Amino acid sequence: MAFITASWNPLGDAFYRSTELYEMSWSLRDGLRDSLVAAFFMVRFQTSTPDLSPLSRPQLEIYSASGGAFASFPWKSGPVVQLGWTVSDELLCIQEDGTVLIYDLFGSFKRHFSMGQEVVQSQVLEAKVFHSPYGTGIAIVTSSSRFTLATNIDDLKLRRLPEVPGLQGKPSCWVVLTQDRQTKVLLSNGPELFILDNTSCTVVCPSGLSPQDGSIVHMSVSFSYKYLALLTDTGHLWTGLSTLQVSTLLLHIHLFNQLFTCLPRCRRPKSQQPSVVLMWDRLLLVVGVCNETIQYPIEDPCVLVGEMDGVRIISSSNQELLQEVPLVCQDIFKIASMAPGALLLEAHREYEKSSQKADEYLREIKEQSMLGEAVRQCVEAAGHEYDTNTQKSLMRAASFGKCFLTDFSPDQFVTTCRELRVLNAVRDSSVGLPLTHTQFKQLTLQVLIDRLVYRQFYPLAIEICRYLKIPDYQGVSRVLKHWASCKVQQKDLTDDAIARAVCVKVGDSPGVSYSDIAAKAYECGRAELAIKLLDFEARSGEQVPLLLKMKRSQLALSKAVESGDTDLVYTVVSYLKNEMNRGDFFMTLRNQPVALSLYRQFCKLQEQETLKDLYNQDDDHQELANYYVTASYREKRLEGRLSLLQSAVDEYNKAKNEFAVKATEDEMRLLRFQRKLDDEKGAGLLGLSLQVDTRGGTLLSLGLHKQAEQLYKDFRVPDKRYWWLKLKSLAEKEEWDELEKFSKSKKSPIGYLAFVEVCIKCNNKYEAKKYVSKVTPEQKVKAHLAVGDLEGAADAAIERRNEAEMGAVLSRCSPSNSLVIERLNRARAAIAKK
Amino acid sequence: MAAHLSYGRVNLNILREAARKELREFLDKCAGSKAIVWDEYLTGPFGLIAQYSLLKEHEVEKMFTLKHGRLPPADVKNIIFFVRPRLELMDIIADNITSEDRHHSSRDFHILFVPRRSMLCEQRLKEQGVLGSFINIDEYILDLIPYDGDLLSMEYESAFRECYLENDQTSLYHTAKGLMTLQALYGTIPQIYGKGECARLVANMMLRMKREFAGSQNQILPVFDTLLLLDRNVDLLTPLATQLTYEGLIDEIYGINNGYVKLPPEKFAQKKQGEGSKDLPTEPKKLQLNSAEELYAEIRDKNFNAVGAALSKKAKIISAAFEERHNAKTVGEIKQFVSQLPHMQAARSSLANHTSIAELIKDITTSEAFFDNLTVEQEFMTGVDTDKVNTYIEDCIAQKDPLIKILRLVCMQSVCNNGLKHKVMDYYKREILQTYGYEHILTLNNLEKAGLLKPQTGSRNNYPTIRKTLKLWMEDANEQNPNDISYVYSGYSPLSIRLTQILARPGWRSIEEVLKMLPGPHFEERQQLPSGLHKKRQQGENRTTLVFFLGGVTYAEIAALRFLSQVEDSGMEA
Repeated sequence: MAFITASWNPLGDAFYRSTELYEMSWSLRDGLRDSLVAAFFMVRFQTSTPDLSPLSRPQLEIYSASGGAFASFPWKSGPVVQLGWTVSDELLCIQEDGTVLIYDLFGSFKRHFSMGQEVVQSQVLEAKVFHSPYGTGIAIVTSSSRFTLATNIDDLKLRRLPEVPGLQGKPSCWVVLTQDRQTKVLLSNGPELFILDNTSCTVVCPSGLSPQDGSIVHMSVSFSYKYLALLTDTGHLWTGLSTLQVSTLLLHIHLFNQLFTCLPRCRRPKSQQPSVVLMWDRLLLVVGVCNETIQYPIEDPCVLVGEMDGVRIISSSNQELLQEVPLVCQDIFKIASMAPGALLLEAHREYEKSSQKADEYLREIKEQSMLGEAVRQCVEAAGHEYDTNTQKSLMRAASFGKCFLTDFSPDQFVTTCRELRVLNAVRDSSVGLPLTHTQFKQLTLQVLIDRLVYRQFYPLAIEICRYLKIPDYQGVSRVLKHWASCKVQQKDLTDDAIARAVCVKVGDSPGVSYSDIAAKAYECGRAELAIKLLDFEARSGEQVPLLLKMKRSQLALSKAVESGDTDLVYTVVSYLKNEMNRGDFFMTLRNQPVALSLYRQFCKLQEQETLKDLYNQDDDHQELANYYVTASYREKRLEGRLSLLQSAVDEYNKAKNEFAVKATEDEMRLLRFQRKLDDEKGAGLLGLSLQVDTRGGTLLSLGLHKQAEQLYKDFRVPDKRYWWLKLKSLAEKEEWDELEKFSKSKKSPIGYLAFVEVCIKCNNKYEAKKYVSKVTPEQKVKAHLAVGDLEGAADAAIERRNEAEMGAVLSRCSPSNSLVIERLNRARAAIAKK
Repeated sequence: MAAHLSYGRVNLNILREAARKELREFLDKCAGSKAIVWDEYLTGPFGLIAQYSLLKEHEVEKMFTLKHGRLPPADVKNIIFFVRPRLELMDIIADNITSEDRHHSSRDFHILFVPRRSMLCEQRLKEQGVLGSFINIDEYILDLIPYDGDLLSMEYESAFRECYLENDQTSLYHTAKGLMTLQALYGTIPQIYGKGECARLVANMMLRMKREFAGSQNQILPVFDTLLLLDRNVDLLTPLATQLTYEGLIDEIYGINNGYVKLPPEKFAQKKQGEGSKDLPTEPKKLQLNSAEELYAEIRDKNFNAVGAALSKKAKIISAAFEERHNAKTVGEIKQFVSQLPHMQAARSSLANHTSIAELIKDITTSEAFFDNLTVEQEFMTGVDTDKVNTYIEDCIAQKDPLIKILRLVCMQSVCNNGLKHKVMDYYKREILQTYGYEHILTLNNLEKAGLLKPQTGSRNNYPTIRKTLKLWMEDANEQNPNDISYVYSGYSPLSIRLTQILARPGWRSIEEVLKMLPGPHFEERQQLPSGLHKKRQQGENRTTLVFFLGGVTYAEIAALRFLSQVEDSGMEA
């Protein structure tokens, strides 16, 4: 504990420390020599470059960060230029011909794509894999000195960048930058520096770096794309913002000719002062802004991996993390530090020794009222420490300090405790995720769980989800889903065994989609298993697309119907329609009434002809007849209409719908009759000839009484209606004499009140009065009222001794009719007496 | 703005806000100025969710109606189509876009399906070669629209036709989805009752959907205690009868659409000084009707015969309030008076409006034709001469009254007689065909398919039994101070609401026999609540029931439900 500062090295006002992460558990025959290494986040990958050993096949090996082997297999494809990892832990192998092969962590091939046609002819010279907010990208430079970019390999859009003037072959060095949501390439060609973006190629000059300083031979950009470092062949090191505007450091280094490998940079999160790590054959050099340096001798050739808060140094035997000591750790552990955290740690140490000095230290912190701060410092520092013992002592100190605070929120303490447990678990060399606390925060828990899942550490992932109480559908379910997708690919198990295993484990976990798992199984060519798994899917809707894909259309249809989602049913139906021959299609529909009626709806709107076939198929004569009737109304020509109606009659006959047969025959007869009239009387009825409903009235109003009479007989129009029609049309045409004659032709089947009312409607009170006397006694009052004869109405009402009617008359009286009112009142009183 | 939604027993504003939020999110997804192309049918329902101002805040600058041809010019970045998932609309959109491309190409197109995305439609767009033109294709789930403080509506016009005629379950699916959304916001409804085929289907879908989302269970204390699903075809009689409440009559005569009614303008001509009173407004007057209007909330559910009294009482109160100003002596009193002025003026104009409407309605209800019609309806409902050809109907046909009136009466007779005798039916049918045209052979056929019109089969007419058991006819309905739901139809109490009432007390078990006579199964389901969410019922606390009509509801039925909720103290929502 006391030696914590032993590994610290001062650089300006900061300290750097290197922590050993792992002793690598691999055994590399040739060390890291002659290998192409891609170590992105946690995983390293090693292969002998094909061009160096043309006779034997190169080997591709995938290890965890602690050196545990994931996969190893001989490389059978073309020469590889560059390796890299995607954000979702997939391995990218960029080949010389521009093909990019994607493998998963376990070395199984996933897919491939090409970086463009022109690359095939002109070979990839160099390639870089980079990460941006859009995902993982690839940049290549070809032997024709052209750059091609793909900013997101999951949504591949290749962009060919403009030509760089004067560039032959590959540039001396280059990096990919992401600035202002734009991806650019910074490259140097001899003494010149260019920025290449989508549209242009601009010469740039970093401020403070003069052409005399030589041409740039190495460049490196920080994890956040914020800082840039350039090294020239004369040994000048330039660092600054990646916008090239502000230079923060310019240093001359004498050892340039021994420069061995690239120079990742590390940014110090707190102090914001960048520093550069350079590596030579046997020496590692950290250069700070203050122009000071720290030197670390190294034994083996190493690989440097830049992280957001440090640099990982991987050698063939171990792995270290070189980082600036976080400020809070400096405060606590710096020799003779008086920071509250340091005092609290000391107090706790004394307390454990049962020494009263504990109280003194505590008092000192309390006097400055810094106890809260002290606890916070301890908790924070614990987060940054890698050693579990240090973590424990810091946390104990914090917990000790907390006892003396009354209203201190325990949140930070509790979260840090939990997170440390998780971090310690994943740092374990059996897992091999050497995350710092800062990285973990940046990464988020979700991604961490994903990473575990990619590495198939399912139990651990589930344990973590449960421990941190992540809602099921975000946590456990997601893990289970991955697990199940992986399980279905196990070729050595039978369908039944897998289905059972999946069902037992996954059960009803919310948010796990059996159809996704089934889709995976289907992808692996296990259709039977897929169907078994689909049976577990609760959402019938989800089963449908896969079932269709697997050509289980019947099943898909019944599942769609079951889901109740009509759109889904439509989708399946339209799919079936294209897939099957008509007969089978109709038969399938017949077994699914819901689908059938939906399809009918569809046909009604879109395909009338098919509708007819459907009805025919089902022998649905009634509907078929209806169909013909509808069709007849669309037909303009009379002959066409008649023939369609005839078909309707035939079908109605088959449907044994006598009434409809009769009605349709009537309609046809009527149409013929109208045509005859049209022919005889000229244009008079042409426009109206299709308006069946107005025929009677029309005829009458045209004065074609004889024809009307005939129709009335032919069509067995009830007397009543005929009388109404004739009454109305005569009144409208004001043929009052004719009307009177008509009224006397026989006893009116509609009574005579109708006559009164119709006359009044046509504003002929005089004519109306003629019929009042003929009205039946019950309607007398109404009739009198209609013609406005109050006295008559009153008489009638009194005669009938009907109180309600009297009331009705009364309500129509105005004060000027006092006589009538009086009579009525008297009559009412008389009735009341009785 | 939508305060009236929050006054009810259940705060429906939550639902409205959820819908608004989703709309805003979608609009923000399309950055820049926008023009919306509307499927005209949707404008009404959307009006209940968001006014133009909300759209404007999100840079909606222009609105068009969806039609064939080129889109009208608009200097906007985004064109958004708000459409129902219908194939014919897709063709129009495709036409819009293909004619557009030649002129501009810088505009972004988006499409928002209401209420649900449809693969079929997307397929159609693809076939037309325009699917790729859309940047965003999204759905806006608008199933249940908060209509008033105690009323939700799907605003789904064709639901009855689809359910009972075309056997198309789309609307049922939407219902189930909508009810799930509702449960997500207001907690799982522990008890579900239902009557009818469609109700059964909806309940099944709901239970299945619940299984599908198992686990992501919401932890909300349930607001509703019971859900009652009723098929419209369980009670076909009620919608056939003429509604006699104030709101019901407005709907019967002028039609209420999406909460708005259009009235003839003559009565509302405002005589302003300076303006010539000669030029009457020719546009129909559009009024919004909901419980935000105090007076309307008071009279909407009254029997129309009681409205006059209520209006004159209100008039007295208002004029008395205006009189107060003469009594206002001190500055304080005057100040108080003035502060109430806007409220009073609003009340006065509301009174004026409703007096005018009431007058308009009265002209019709006092007419002989209306009276005769009502008499016949009531004869049918009481079971008088339902098995003969009715002379009034005959006369109406002869006089060529509007077909809808005839059909309503004929169907009513059929329902009240448990089907018409063959002879009677054929007679009506022939009369209708000869008078209104043979094309109505299809209309009649559809009515038969939907069960509104049916030939009498061997079995006995069970309507009288139903009527007696459920007390559907109350001889002495009190219109002024109602004591039973029958007041809404001046004597007839809607069957659907009787069922609801009996369900609440004493329960359906008492009427098993009658339930069996009505079409479709009846059922009861319980939904398990997460432990800890069981309501601890306080003494005197009331149960809240959600009544859902599959295939539409009448305003009179709503009025009856509101009446029940007051009398029985059991909050009802339809």
